[in-house]
Amino acid sequence: MIEAVGLTKRYGDKTAVYNLSFQVRPGAVTGFLGPNGSGKSTTMRMILGLDNPTSGHVTIGGHPYRRLPNAARQVGALLDAKAVHGGRAARNHLLSLAQLSGIPARRVDEVLGVVGLQDVAKRRSKGFSLGMGQRLGIAAALLGDPQVLLFDEPVNGLDPEGIHWVRNLMKALAAEGRTVFVSSHLMSEMALTADHLIVIGRGQLLADMSVTDFISANSADFARVRTPDTEPQLREKLTSALTEAGGHVLPEPDGALRVTGLALPRISDVAHDADVRLWELSPHQASLEEAYMRMTQGAVDYRSTADRKAGLQQPLPPGAQPPMQVPGQGQPGWYAPPPPQQGGQLFAAPQSAPGQAPAGPYGAPAAPGAVPGGQPANPYAAQRAPQAPAVAPVAQTPQPPAAAPAPPAAAPAPASAPASDPTKPEDAR
Amino acid sequence: MAATQVVRSEWTKIRSVASTVWTLGLAVVVTIALGMLISALSKNEFGDLSRRDQLSFDPTFISFAGTSLGQLAMIVFGVLVVGNEYSSGMIRTSLAAVPRRGTFLFSKIAVATGLALVVAMVTSFATFFLGQAMLGDLKASIGDPGVLRAVFGGGLYMTLIAMFSMGVAAMLRSPMLSLGILMPFFFLISNILGNVPATEKVGRFLPDQAGSKIMQVVTPIDDDVPYGPWGGLGIMALWVIAALVGGYAVLKRRDA
Repeated sequence: MIEAVGLTKRYGDKTAVYNLSFQVRPGAVTGFLGPNGSGKSTTMRMILGLDNPTSGHVTIGGHPYRRLPNAARQVGALLDAKAVHGGRAARNHLLSLAQLSGIPARRVDEVLGVVGLQDVAKRRSKGFSLGMGQRLGIAAALLGDPQVLLFDEPVNGLDPEGIHWVRNLMKALAAEGRTVFVSSHLMSEMALTADHLIVIGRGQLLADMSVTDFISANSADFARVRTPDTEPQLREKLTSALTEAGGHVLPEPDGALRVTGLALPRISDVAHDADVRLWELSPHQASLEEAYMRMTQGAVDYRSTADRKAGLQQPLPPGAQPPMQVPGQGQPGWYAPPPPQQGGQLFAAPQSAPGQAPAGPYGAPAAPGAVPGGQPANPYAAQRAPQAPAVAPVAQTPQPPAAAPAPPAAAPAPASAPASDPTKPEDAR
Repeated sequence: MAATQVVRSEWTKIRSVASTVWTLGLAVVVTIALGMLISALSKNEFGDLSRRDQLSFDPTFISFAGTSLGQLAMIVFGVLVVGNEYSSGMIRTSLAAVPRRGTFLFSKIAVATGLALVVAMVTSFATFFLGQAMLGDLKASIGDPGVLRAVFGGGLYMTLIAMFSMGVAAMLRSPMLSLGILMPFFFLISNILGNVPATEKVGRFLPDQAGSKIMQVVTPIDDDVPYGPWGGLGIMALWVIAALVGGYAVLKRRDA
């Protein structure tokens, strides 16, 4: 059991971790998620007593790490795969660690076998690939058969077989009743490995909940429905029938419909009652990765900006127009809207609430459309506006005229953003 | 966690890197070879020396002439033993395994010092006997007064130099920075400060200037150094203790 209380770490005037409190319980894999530079490694180092917290404290089994009796037998850690003297052979590296806590040399050969490095045991770790280095680090963590294990980005540089192995290893260790704390910046990886999630951004706690809760609170299930391409009127018909039945219907660019709020059998029934044939009716789940990125969006320190390639591009031929920038997907800082449930708002980042921000990517068209109509705030409202022009002006009437007669140039731009949304891999999980 | 376990672990660490063999091997070879060379040259030039210089001719000290260069390899050894933990990031693995930092640092230094002491003693006796063999008629015998002390002291001097480097590396936490400061200091600056009349009075209290007094058997004429051979080594030992305490304080306080 690892317990952090009010953990804070400052480096000069930069706060790496601020007032972090959490518990890591035995018998489960706890994922520790956050963007680059969010303080994951700093927290790990403080748990291991390598860095002293500026304030607050963290204990393992009730003891601060530096006062833990026989720490090497109780806690195993992989911090940095490259934290090895490159000139030392893998086996000697492990042997020196084993001797610290009176672990017999036999055990060293055992763990080398466990991580699959027995053939390179006598080679210097300088020549190791990143994946081999990770395996060596994992071997070091397993050496003392500890009850508490910490892994900082264990799957970095591993091949698919290795990733699969690490995943099963973590689960097996947790199933034996050990405390397993794994950091990662990959939500998709954690969704498969972890039972519990601790998410931080800019050194602050964003979420501390089980993976199941995280999924139900953050993922948006939907059904994809396709009517015969040959008869567009069936599509219109089904759209209105489904909307009447209480569903939200969004058209996708290839002619399919994305339906939320109705169960699959219900959609089938509605289609049957409306006498519409279906070519496709399939369940989908929005990616957890998206939910995670939305949550940490306000807390990302290192964000890429558009590469303008200044000075590298050929001058445009006279008279040619530069390509117009389309706001929306594919650009830094753009994420799919939150799911319709309230759940998405639970973990609004401290700095800003991306989904809520009226000036967000959907800003202008969506917010006025939803609020005066008294509907529940529907993030897809913007998408519907261009499809159903009859509705949009009605909803916008209370707005000053500046907003209502949207200039033709402006209207297509926001519309194109959500329209490209379905091309996102919603089945990333 | 017993200190013996940490000592065993540090022994595994120190014997499993190539730099140990290279630096210590170089210290042995350079000290002995240069000592023999200078001894042979001194023998040939003895006749040309002034009367005064002939009187203060010190065959023991001459045979230790290689120490000035050989100590540089000892410095590299001391710096790398400690500094490599930092440059490789191994320090985090080590301290995660040995949370008691004092135990970690002093076990490491004890192991490295023990190894350095053995190597330095062997070197010291070898360089004395081989150097004397080169000196022919001018040679000193190990039984002469003060000679055994000088030869034994030569081994201690080399060991203390290595320990001082370990302390400095623990303070600076970087092998490059430590070498960049220690090498020019012991190779040039200390010698200049110790020989220029203006700074001589201060320069003679520097670790290598004071410590090398132990290797002198014949005191030069008009020598006004205020300490004897053991006094000099004591001054050097104080420097070493200061460096080690400083290194410990840094390790204890700073984040790894």
